[in-house]
Amino acid sequence: MMLNERKRKWFDAVVWSASALFAAGLAVDAAHAESHRYAVDNAAYVAECGGCHVAYPPALLGAEAWRAIMQGLQQHFGTDASVCDAKRAEVTAYLVGASNGKRSAATTLRITDSQWFRKEHAEIAAATWKLPAVKSAANCEACHQQANSGDFSERGIRVPR
Amino acid sequence: MNLRFTAAMSATLLLAFASASVAQVPTDYLRSLETAARAAEPGFAGFSAQRGRTWFNARHGTDWSCSTCHTADPLTAGRHATTGRSIAAMAPAANPERLTGPAKMEKWFKRNCGDVLGRVCTPAEKGDVIAYLTSLKG
Repeated sequence: MMLNERKRKWFDAVVWSASALFAAGLAVDAAHAESHRYAVDNAAYVAECGGCHVAYPPALLGAEAWRAIMQGLQQHFGTDASVCDAKRAEVTAYLVGASNGKRSAATTLRITDSQWFRKEHAEIAAATWKLPAVKSAANCEACHQQANSGDFSERGIRVPR
Repeated sequence: MNLRFTAAMSATLLLAFASASVAQVPTDYLRSLETAARAAEPGFAGFSAQRGRTWFNARHGTDWSCSTCHTADPLTAGRHATTGRSIAAMAPAANPERLTGPAKMEKWFKRNCGDVLGRVCTPAEKGDVIAYLTSLKG
């Protein structure tokens, strides 16, 4: 009797611990998945910037970086991306408002040069980046199928070979 | 009298039909380009699709021509030379939204002429390339 009770306590403890671990795991998973879906919800931004590249989620850079980028559109990473003053003001306000201060930018201001980006993509082979279907690290859609709508979740990734 | 009226009506309808089947490039915009082109060059004799085609495919002192991103067949989709982003076809016959908004056209001329020519495009160059793109049939 005594022994059985002890066994039961052990069993309970094991079950509870396992459940707790499992729940914690789920929570981490959920947080992880959630952190890879971002809002891209400003028509002017999508129209003015999304013609040449994916309209990158504003939450991928901090406010200062967005401001700097929007002030230098005439020489925008090698091309002229200028917009009229009214649109520039509107898009800047949107990007700054939806920016994320935790995503610190590289000095180049390229999202793809930032530390978090490099860490997230550390497992991607150098040859993959050079594939014709990829062409550039700026081409999110090459692997992130739903990048256009801000969805960078694991589920939507298909790395070309 | 009656016959002349019928003939005039037919001609008008035919013209309307012909211009409708081409692109809806805003006439005010085309006219302003034409006026500016004539002012810049007194001998200006109208826009030329043929000149536009040559110009579209030629390089103008930089690494890129228009066709680098828009392809030599503007009836098909292009691809941005740097980012790989897909670009919808430029010819209105393949993409009716093209060349319909002067503000949008001016914005892209400003951006792309800077990248391809290192300067702004002249009114004659703009008119020629519009003539070329609208001359293409799907």
